[in-house]
Amino acid sequence: MSDSPSTTESRPVVDLRSVTFGYTATPVVENVSLQVEPGEFLAIVGPNGSGKSTLMKLMVGLVTPDEGTARLFGEPARSFDDGERVGYVAQHASASKEMPITVREVVRMGRFPHVGFGRLSADDEAVVDRAIETVGMSAFTDRRITQLSGGQRQRAFIARALASEAELLVLDEPTVGVDAESVGAFYDLLNGLHDRGITVLLIEHDLSAVANHAGRVVCLDREVYFDGPAAEFADSDAVARAFGGAADLLGGDRS
Amino acid sequence: MSLTALLIQSSLAVLSVQSSPAVIPLQSEPETTLFDPLYGLLDLWSELLTALAEATGLELLQFAFMHRAILVGLCIGVMAPLIGTFLVHRQLALIGDALAHTGFAGVAVGLFLNAVIDLGVSPYLTAVVVAMIAALSIELISEVTDAYNDVSMAIVLSTGFALGTTLISLNAGGLAVGVNQFLFGNLSTVSKESASILLVLFALIVGTVGLTRNQLLYVTFDETAAAVSGIPVRWYNRVMVMLTAMVVVGAMQIMGVILVAAMLVVPVAGATQVSRSFTESIFVSIALAEIAVTLGIGVAYYGEVTAGGVIVLVAVAVYVVAVVAGKLQTVIADEGPVETGGIDAEDGLTRSD
Repeated sequence: MSDSPSTTESRPVVDLRSVTFGYTATPVVENVSLQVEPGEFLAIVGPNGSGKSTLMKLMVGLVTPDEGTARLFGEPARSFDDGERVGYVAQHASASKEMPITVREVVRMGRFPHVGFGRLSADDEAVVDRAIETVGMSAFTDRRITQLSGGQRQRAFIARALASEAELLVLDEPTVGVDAESVGAFYDLLNGLHDRGITVLLIEHDLSAVANHAGRVVCLDREVYFDGPAAEFADSDAVARAFGGAADLLGGDRS
Repeated sequence: MSLTALLIQSSLAVLSVQSSPAVIPLQSEPETTLFDPLYGLLDLWSELLTALAEATGLELLQFAFMHRAILVGLCIGVMAPLIGTFLVHRQLALIGDALAHTGFAGVAVGLFLNAVIDLGVSPYLTAVVVAMIAALSIELISEVTDAYNDVSMAIVLSTGFALGTTLISLNAGGLAVGVNQFLFGNLSTVSKESASILLVLFALIVGTVGLTRNQLLYVTFDETAAAVSGIPVRWYNRVMVMLTAMVVVGAMQIMGVILVAAMLVVPVAGATQVSRSFTESIFVSIALAEIAVTLGIGVAYYGEVTAGGVIVLVAVAVYVVAVVAGKLQTVIADEGPVETGGIDAEDGLTRSD
């Protein structure tokens, strides 16, 4: 895992060309073209309902574009079947809040695409241990996931992505409901993983966090308003155009 | 088997203390040899319990119908919480109830066909078929509408029950008497044929869950992440509802249509209170279900009451104990919510680098 698998890739990890998609006749995402190169740390920002999550679903093949093409690691995203190369971290898991499941059991899921119907080998278990250690959760291995704070839970999900030896980490607003102190530690972890060569694709509502940590920012409100280095994003008028009066959020303290 | 034969058999089975010669001609065993190996297995089980009866002197272990009822009960105690664990944590407990009621429609279809064209098929087989069709329909509707819908499940439940009662009332006469065993379950009417059907369902259910446990767990816990990781989520959802249909029809023999869903939910709810991991929760829920089934069958036999009701009451009592035990566990171990921000990300990264 310490190697950088993506350095061998020359083509984009994600390649969207003129993609349009809508759940109804009205498009949620319109004419979006976007390439994510291996090793990038890309943040997608935009107001509520701007199509961020839908764009992410298009990228990983959970939905198919109405127009245009979406490719993942060079293959059509919808039929991409090397799922273990992509790690996905949502705001929260879909299971009931009472589900008794430990951190270790969650992280082991990362090995499931590798073992299929079989059992995890000793090597698989070692990968799981390393992933838990990488996110600093070794002391919580046998703790029920429901007993963890929001930040710790997200670390467990990142460990699951690491256990699957994902080259692309996709995070959908991972710091919602996470306290400010843990958010800082969480971004340090993401930066550390990015330094190892993992491509990070982040949907984020916290504009100051994006400006401080991401290398590149895409600002979306159905269409792409801005696509460029995070440093330039702070000075652009894209925030004002997409967010309206919320532009002063940028650089301000996280509430 | 004709409808009349079924009715007489049910009545006689209640009255008979043992498989007396008078009952044998009316037994529902078909002439086919399809279930023969399973009948051998049932005989072996019966011999085992007879030996146990001799050793312990327990009256309820002396009768062949009780041997079958106990076997069916023990199988239900494994397969219901096994499937229930996945359903409960996906907040799909209601689907068991809906499918049990469509299973009842399937029973009615079987009884109807047997009465009208003398098909001679076990009502449990038609129940399996109808419940599985209903299960797939619920799943396909949810795929189209993108959500499991309380309303659509309630409609399926009512439709199943309405269809069942209508078909049954089409046959004027005493048919409703024979229906009681399907509605409320009955220990004494578990025939060799229906016990064999249950053994087949049991093997299918346990085998499928054993094979696909990784995928079912991933889909249950985090459907989107499972889909991104390449698991064909829709197929596993279909598998899960089909297995649920099999469980409820299998368990219907003893539990009855009305109470069958309780076995999917109550032991799982109890296990959730005291288990430290998902794997442990499966085994604990099975243990709780087996306690409910064995105690329930015992009380039902000696107290001459309906087994399904007693089993569920025992299960609920065990659940209450589990809730109390879970609370005590939390207090003693002081495992409240962990303080936030207690982990140093840098440490974690440094160690593994």
